[in-house]
Amino acid sequence: MAPRAAGRRHPRVLLRRWGRTLVGLPPYAWLMLFFLVPFLIVLKISFSETQAAVPPFVPLVSWAEDAVLQIRLNFGNYRYLITDELYVDAYLNSLKIAGVSTLFCLLIGYPMAYAIARAPRTLRNPLLMLVVLPFWTSFLIRVYAWMGILKNEGLLNTFLLWSGLIDQPLQMLETDFAVYVGIIYSYLPFMVLPLYATLEKMDLSLLEAAADLGCRPFRAFLRVTLPLSVPGMIAGSMLVFIPAVGEFVIPDLLGGPDTLMIGKVLWSEFFDNRDWPVASAVAVAMLILLVAPIMIFQHYQNKSAEAENR
Amino acid sequence: MALPSAKPIVFSPWNDPDATPLIRIRGVSKSFGDFLAVNNVDLDIYPGEFFSLLGASGCGKTTLLRMLAGFESPTDGRIFIDGVDMTGIPPYERPVNMMFQSYALFPHMTVAQNVAFGLKQDGLSKKKIAEKAKEVLDLVQMSAFSERKPNQLSGGQRQRVALARSLAKEPKVLLLDEPLAALDKKLRGQTQLELVNIQDRVGITFVMVTHDQEEAMTMSARIGVMNAGFIEQVGTPVEIYEYPATTFVADFIGTANMFDGVVALDEQNRTVVDCAELEAQLTVGHSSGVAVGAPVTVMVRPEKMTVQREAPQDGLNSVHGVVSDIAYLGDISIYHVRLNSGRKVQVALTNLRHTSEQRLTWDDEVYLTWHPANSLVLVQ
Amino acid sequence: MKNRALALYTALGLGYAFLYLPIVLLVIYSFNASRLVTVWGGFSIKWYGELLNDEKILDAAWLSLKVAVINATISTFLGTLAAVVLVRFRRFTGRTLFTGMITAPLVMPEIITGLAMLLLFVSMELAFGWPDGRSVTTIVIAHVTFSLSFVTVVVQSRLAQMDISLEEAAMDLGARPVKVFLVITLPIIAPALLAGWLLSFTLSIDDVVISSFVTGPGSTTLPIVIFSKVRLGVSPEINALASIVVAIVSVGILVFGILMQRQEADRLRSERTAADQG
Repeated sequence: MAPRAAGRRHPRVLLRRWGRTLVGLPPYAWLMLFFLVPFLIVLKISFSETQAAVPPFVPLVSWAEDAVLQIRLNFGNYRYLITDELYVDAYLNSLKIAGVSTLFCLLIGYPMAYAIARAPRTLRNPLLMLVVLPFWTSFLIRVYAWMGILKNEGLLNTFLLWSGLIDQPLQMLETDFAVYVGIIYSYLPFMVLPLYATLEKMDLSLLEAAADLGCRPFRAFLRVTLPLSVPGMIAGSMLVFIPAVGEFVIPDLLGGPDTLMIGKVLWSEFFDNRDWPVASAVAVAMLILLVAPIMIFQHYQNKSAEAENR
Repeated sequence: MALPSAKPIVFSPWNDPDATPLIRIRGVSKSFGDFLAVNNVDLDIYPGEFFSLLGASGCGKTTLLRMLAGFESPTDGRIFIDGVDMTGIPPYERPVNMMFQSYALFPHMTVAQNVAFGLKQDGLSKKKIAEKAKEVLDLVQMSAFSERKPNQLSGGQRQRVALARSLAKEPKVLLLDEPLAALDKKLRGQTQLELVNIQDRVGITFVMVTHDQEEAMTMSARIGVMNAGFIEQVGTPVEIYEYPATTFVADFIGTANMFDGVVALDEQNRTVVDCAELEAQLTVGHSSGVAVGAPVTVMVRPEKMTVQREAPQDGLNSVHGVVSDIAYLGDISIYHVRLNSGRKVQVALTNLRHTSEQRLTWDDEVYLTWHPANSLVLVQ
Repeated sequence: MKNRALALYTALGLGYAFLYLPIVLLVIYSFNASRLVTVWGGFSIKWYGELLNDEKILDAAWLSLKVAVINATISTFLGTLAAVVLVRFRRFTGRTLFTGMITAPLVMPEIITGLAMLLLFVSMELAFGWPDGRSVTTIVIAHVTFSLSFVTVVVQSRLAQMDISLEEAAMDLGARPVKVFLVITLPIIAPALLAGWLLSFTLSIDDVVISSFVTGPGSTTLPIVIFSKVRLGVSPEINALASIVVAIVSVGILVFGILMQRQEADRLRSERTAADQG
């Protein structure tokens, strides 16, 4: 199709451009308005002061007398976060709990993913389905199930007492231990899925090549399989670690009053103290902590999406 | 990698009753479920030989190769390499290395690390490993790329690295699984000769699997033609082309015109076959060794026939037909001639001149003749 | 070799036990006549009866179902568009931002998303008078925002695996892009759309944290009710409710799984026969 005149585009080309915009605009606009803008608002409110009104904070920008534009930035909320040990401890403890849980998910999830990926082809989908299935039942209910198991007169204590291993019920519910169990239990499928994906698509002739070159199976696993599954390990770890840092339901239901996690602190600042600016500051600080892990996750997510595109 | 000393002028240890084979395959079968992939194979391969297993896909050639490497274990029979029974010996303890069809280069390692991988398993010193790796990379002219990752290499370069990696350990046998299948046609031609040269220099026994008969004939000292798990024939390229043992081999290697008939006369230097289809007798210049009346097939290659417009004088081995199709290939032309019975026969003629006054064209009536020595009796 | 396989399958079995034992116990104890969890007071279905008479729970369940269906439908629509943008439009301004906004919600702690959404709604109400308080609308908007990313990931992967020459062939035969998408692309990626719809349905019907932030009077979803009950301790009524959820999900997944399995087996079989013939 020859151009009719220099510098003018064929109408159909313009139409296609319009079409592309039409397709892209709805999701783009939605995410801008309901995902990006809210974070800017959180940032804004984290710099304002609390007041006993509706809404419970002082606007940042206001018209003072003489029509002078006033912007009041208040760093007090952040100073509060740093000076009050409660917050620092809560952040550190959240990182620790999320980190340790992630490690356990990896230790439990890797053999599972490996076994599924090396199972006969027809069995793989059903086996994987069995890992995912609990995820489709309610998260809340699964956490709740552990309350019945872990409490003092719960099933685990009853069993241990009956078997004679202990003679006093163990305090398990309302401890950090219960929080670990809850997080590992709830997030395990998120670790297994990406691990399975990388292990399953691995070219098995690489292992044959390693064996052919004189490498025993275990060494071949260490030198070939393990390094090649690093992307899956990172993706899975991020899928567990990042949400676990901000987890609220699990520490609230399974943890005790002294289980400090930042999600719980944010919740109580917001709902119990109605201190929206401080809650916002807590959220912003949490996001800053999570920026690096989120970027790593995005990097691997994009890489695997690109690999599929090829 | 010393060159084998005093190579005989014509390399043919298989004709020497005193030669010891490097690989002895004895009664080897392999079944997957109820599918028999390899069926009772006996085969000897000699030191320094370039041996090819040739066959269509699914004929069992790759399974046989993988049994040599140790990735599959025979359901029946034994494999000896250099006199040692390989039964139960895992791949990582066998004195063989394999070059994979997919190359199977480790994507997370550089070229140098890939090549060094096998040497590391032997616990050699770092210096030795580096020296050896450089030596094989030089051999395949890939030293300049030693720090690259496999995904930064072209297909041909990957092929060379894979070759270097499998040669680095100086195996007694190098197994090659369709080593050139992933290359484009022109590059394949070059690489075929390079591979033969390298084999000649390192003196390692090569066993190659291929489905490409031209490749097998170009590169190998001997070829084993496989079909449905059986080895149909083992021989030099000349033997399997000129003297195929079975109708399958005759048909699989090159093109063959075949006429079914029964033996009418069997003498020391002559077999006469009654061919009902041609309503004629065909004379072949060797003994068939079967009784009169036995069903046989007479095979004639297209280029062994001559074409003429007039009926031949003596009438020996002559059939009459009409040219129905012509394929002009430049160097030669293939004429499809429809016989009176309706069946088609192929004849190949070399185009000796730019133009030929006598060039045949469609619907020309022709007589095809051939000398008895240029045909073969195949016993079914 | 044998030992390694045994160890692997043992690990797998223990993993499954870990995943399923709590759920199984929950279901068993939902039939316990006694109010105490540990004491088995005989078989009874009275908690199911009580559950069915609890209007608050039934209302909340009905509301959750509505929210989940609306959310899943909108998310699937928007998520599919986003997937098309990501896979088919290789370069456009703001691509990095766009991919960022798609992947971040996958891992974003819910509590941050919840707070951010609420503050947005409050600010918008201050500025434009909309939305008027918190309601089903705000819950749906919040749910769509986090679940559309999951749909995008699922559809994107299917779209990327699709043979693009099918679309090219359709265009070559004279079909316009929109027609190509509707007649060729959509049927091929339909399973992913269904999976995405189910996924966002589940995410929505399961969500408690974000809903707690953006909910208002008269729009209490089922998880919010459950959460407030569960915070007070273990209750057999919740066990019964949990068992019903588990039953519905299991049947659904089982049917879906059997269908998928049959399709896969068919595919394998036809591939094998095709290979035999070739």
